[in-house]
Amino acid sequence: MAMLSAPISSAPGPGSEPHTVARGRGLFDRQILGQALVGSVLKLDPRVQIRNPVMFVVLVGTVVTLLEAIFHPSVFSWSITVWLFLTVIFANFAEAVAEGRGKAQADTLRRMRSDTLARRVGPAGIEESVTSADLRRGDLVVCEAGDVIPSDGEITEGIASVDESAITGESAPVIRESGGDRSAVTGGTKVLSDRIVVQITAERGNTFMDRMISLVEGANRQRTPNEIALTILLAALTIVFLPVVVSLYPFAKYAGGTVSIVVLVALLVCLIPTTIGALLSAIGIAGMDRMVQRNVLAMSGRAVEAAGDVQTLLLDKTGTITLGNRMASAFVPVGGHRDRDLAQAALLSSLADETPEGRSIVAFARDRFEIADAVPTGPTLFVPFSANTRMSGLDIGDRQIRKGAADAVRRWAEGLGGRTPDELAEVVNRIAGVGSTPLVVADGPEVLGVIELKDVVKPGIAERFAELRKAGIRTVMITGDNPLTAAAIAREAGVDDFLAEATPETKMALIRQEQAGGKLVAMTGDGTNDAPALAQADVGVAMNTGTTAAKEAGNMVDLDSNPTKLIEVVEVGKQLLITRGALTTFSIANDVAKYFAIIPALFAATYPQLQALNVMRLHSPQSAVLAAVIFNALVIVALIPLALRGVRWRPSGAASVLRRNVLIYGVGGILTPFIGIKLIDLLLTATHLY
Amino acid sequence: MVHFVLTLVVLIAVLAIAWRFLGAYLAAVYTGRATWCSFAERPIYRLLGVDPEREQTWQRYAVSLVVFSGVALLGSYLVLRLQGVLPLNPQHLGGVPAALSWNTAVSFLTNTNWQNYAGETTMSYLSQILALQMQQFVSAAVGIAVAIALVRGFARRGETTIGNFWVDTVRGCLYVLLPIAFLAGIIFVAQGAVQTLAGPVLVHNPLNGVTQLIPRGPVGFMEAIKQLGTNGGGFFNANGAHPFENPTALTNFLSIALLLAIPVALTYTFGRMVGSLRQGVALLAAMVIIFGIWTSFTTFAEAQPNPAVAAAGLRQQPTGNMEGKEVRFGPLNSALYGVASTQTSTGSVDSSNDSFNPMGGFGLLTGMMLGEVTPGGTGSGLYTILLDAVVAVFIGGLMIGRTPEYLGKKIQAREVKLASLGVLVMPVTVLVLAGVATALPVGRAGAFNAGPHGFSEILYAITSQGNNNGSAFGGFGGNTVFYNVVGSIDMLMGRFGIMIPVLALAGALAAKQVVPNSAGTFRTDSPMFVVLLLGVILIVGGLTFFPAVSLGPLVEQLSHGRFF
Repeated sequence: MAMLSAPISSAPGPGSEPHTVARGRGLFDRQILGQALVGSVLKLDPRVQIRNPVMFVVLVGTVVTLLEAIFHPSVFSWSITVWLFLTVIFANFAEAVAEGRGKAQADTLRRMRSDTLARRVGPAGIEESVTSADLRRGDLVVCEAGDVIPSDGEITEGIASVDESAITGESAPVIRESGGDRSAVTGGTKVLSDRIVVQITAERGNTFMDRMISLVEGANRQRTPNEIALTILLAALTIVFLPVVVSLYPFAKYAGGTVSIVVLVALLVCLIPTTIGALLSAIGIAGMDRMVQRNVLAMSGRAVEAAGDVQTLLLDKTGTITLGNRMASAFVPVGGHRDRDLAQAALLSSLADETPEGRSIVAFARDRFEIADAVPTGPTLFVPFSANTRMSGLDIGDRQIRKGAADAVRRWAEGLGGRTPDELAEVVNRIAGVGSTPLVVADGPEVLGVIELKDVVKPGIAERFAELRKAGIRTVMITGDNPLTAAAIAREAGVDDFLAEATPETKMALIRQEQAGGKLVAMTGDGTNDAPALAQADVGVAMNTGTTAAKEAGNMVDLDSNPTKLIEVVEVGKQLLITRGALTTFSIANDVAKYFAIIPALFAATYPQLQALNVMRLHSPQSAVLAAVIFNALVIVALIPLALRGVRWRPSGAASVLRRNVLIYGVGGILTPFIGIKLIDLLLTATHLY
Repeated sequence: MVHFVLTLVVLIAVLAIAWRFLGAYLAAVYTGRATWCSFAERPIYRLLGVDPEREQTWQRYAVSLVVFSGVALLGSYLVLRLQGVLPLNPQHLGGVPAALSWNTAVSFLTNTNWQNYAGETTMSYLSQILALQMQQFVSAAVGIAVAIALVRGFARRGETTIGNFWVDTVRGCLYVLLPIAFLAGIIFVAQGAVQTLAGPVLVHNPLNGVTQLIPRGPVGFMEAIKQLGTNGGGFFNANGAHPFENPTALTNFLSIALLLAIPVALTYTFGRMVGSLRQGVALLAAMVIIFGIWTSFTTFAEAQPNPAVAAAGLRQQPTGNMEGKEVRFGPLNSALYGVASTQTSTGSVDSSNDSFNPMGGFGLLTGMMLGEVTPGGTGSGLYTILLDAVVAVFIGGLMIGRTPEYLGKKIQAREVKLASLGVLVMPVTVLVLAGVATALPVGRAGAFNAGPHGFSEILYAITSQGNNNGSAFGGFGGNTVFYNVVGSIDMLMGRFGIMIPVLALAGALAAKQVVPNSAGTFRTDSPMFVVLLLGVILIVGGLTFFPAVSLGPLVEQLSHGRFF
């Protein structure tokens, strides 16, 4: 360990400066915007447009008004044509911006995926130099300090510290070793120390890095189930507005008037849900992207969507719910000893104990009893922990201080002629009963008392779970602890349920049981034995430090290997759906104001009485129609940041989330265009053109 | 006014009782718990060759529906065409012309009861009974059957079947419609509605020396099913304004109560069958709110003086707009009757809708344009509002960040597709056909008035048929080949264009498993859901029909009493 710990604590190695693999560019990077502008023109290709029925109608409408403008030119018809065209461009732009962020990230990754030379071990054990592209599955390669690992693989021999910042953006090196759950290495990462032999598991084009590139780029992005459902609704809304608008032509004729084709097209475009239609794919892409921002790679948009539906979270206790280390939390003296003496002895016994538990005892004793400096005087001998004695401590001259497992210390003290106080067993049982670990401290034959080592629940985690509960998400703690310990921690952390003495089989059974009740389950895992459960779960987040099997079984990979991330994953999933719903509502609600702008304008000549509907007091029929069209186009641009960022979601009950969103996007959606259209109308009036 | 308020209070009380007890009874009937009529039921199944124990998939259910409707349509058509040579024809009326027969057969098949004829001078007693009254029972039963099939879709988990069309239809007739219509018919007859097969009578009035032929017929019991089944097609041309159909204030009240009873009660049945009454109450709340607003608006409009009459110099109209109203009922009761009739797909009238004030006519017209869901027709009201609910749940569910679910059933691409199809088929049909009618000279010829009022007359006719309502604005000549054909397309689309997607939706839902409720679930028994549902009903209806309505009643209202 000592040898390995040196490079880990040293300064970050080359290539590990913070970079932008996954983490952040600003929402609007200048370079991305430039490319997006080009992209928004390229996307005018009808073959691209036809995939979005709403915007396709706008494009066709633009062509119609263009023809009108050419054959019956007027400032008005040209203005409408230009703004309809801009509406299409803005929609393309939104999608291009969303894609641009992923593309930029993919480019960065691609630059790092240069061909490397690999030292392949031939059949006779002779090394040969080949390029990484020539490697085949099953090949054995040797990597030493300074080498870039040529492709994904499993370590078959050796242990090394590896700089994985190319993937995770995290500069601290990690340990990889053969056997067990830390044996997977990823192509493109760098060995910092020692020598390992790696068996290649993925060939060029199928490596983790390749998959990562295509994922962040959205190369084979497919519409997700919910996106398809929404597209159908939007198509239906588009279809219904066609007869609404077309029938106005004979209706107006019947009334003895005429309506201009340009105005009818303008009305149609204003009525069909262009806002959400324009932003829909950007929202989906941005959802995937937000996962990447959090260093989570979702293998499909479907997985991101499923995350929003999750009703049960299986959370590993260690690292997610508890800090992972047991910490001293109380000193309980026995046999009439003073707690200060106990603290003093406990501190002395732990001075040389470099384990987190040992350090926590020293810290606790110092903080609680203000034992300023306890460095012993006289010749000292540290007695390390051994599996045999199950104790550790130190000898100061003749004084022998020990701490350790209750029965071991008791036997040791009795061996020195001491007598165990009667209440010891009771104290030890009580501490064990609440899920803590009792360590008994003895100063020679005198048993002084018990140190309570507690599994410390992360601060704030109980509140987090309470919030999730309000949002209807059940949390289940998974732990290898015995049921008693598990119950105690579960109670403290406020999880809804726990699975104690968990094995891969019981975990799997739990997931199946939840799913049989119709619930969607999310879990994290890293070991090979987690793979079946990861595959079974609706959202399986594999830790990047985990095995290849685990990473392939899950539908997400957390590059930070932080199990708490599961909660964020759920948030991103929910945001995705909320953003779609909110903008759909907004889009439809906007129609009300547009009617009040356009209908009086449309029949201004036929039925001047309808001016009573012109509640915004718009200047002229032309300015009214144009203002509505301009508002309709600009609102797309205005909402791009929201589409990319997502509507905020805080865990709370469905009712309050809904009330909030209905107010903002429903009621707000009705009111906003009244103001917006009026303002644009005022500006248009100022030009004296309309 | 006091009398009217009292009427409303009693109406609400009667409907509350119907909701609770008729609703529970309907649930018992359609879950097979009610068996008192099985002595009559079993022979019918034997006759039809149906195994009542065998349930159907949605496809088989739909095929049964279509086959049955096809046979019924053909049967009615033949009876009308051949009535001249068939018995029970005391007036010796000739066969009904082909286009009119077709339109009428479709009209009664689809629960519309649009009448391009005057019953007393066109239809023999046999036609009235066999082609028309029979369909009034059956079409109502079919409507309830489809609604119940959809409810089963929600209530079932992972099943392939949604009930048996034949059983549902037969039970609807035997257990529900026949007994209630029989009891109500007795009241109608007791109150003075005629019920005879003895043919018309010649009456000589010695006071003024006029000799009149007074048509009579089997009217009273037809009146009962006309209202109970939300059919609306009366024996006489004057419909509920005729004293032989609707003789007294009591029968007027009974008519309103009957036509609302089943659609209202079905929300209870729904709640009961899906295991949560609150779910039914939420739907009922949306219905009651819209119905309440429309009733207030329309009665208020009719309480105002008629602007055209006022413009002619008669400014004092203390009772409101009496033009076209029966003095027995007056403007308020007539407006209530009109709203109830247009919001239930009944379409019976006890006054002339054409003579309503512009905003009164607006109330009637827009009531239909909302899709006949408040509370809508027998069965059709429930299944159509459930389509709206699915759309509301989808948008609302998205806004809370979950794949939307209604009653635990996930609303995904297929459900959204079917629900939007069902919701949009009516507005698209109505707008397209209204556009065609106003574009062609044959269509324009239908309206008796000019300008916006004439437009309203055409729009009303197309809207009424597209919603299977059947009420006529009046001032409209529909008995032309053009309108008979256009109307039949309108009515068939409005009926089967919705029913088939509804059955497909029922099948899709029945096959689904249920997602358990949690705090993160969008509660569909909450006020917020009612708000969203109202939003969908009003916004879909409003956005699709706003331009058309603004060219009809709105322009007329804004023209301040100008006569067109």
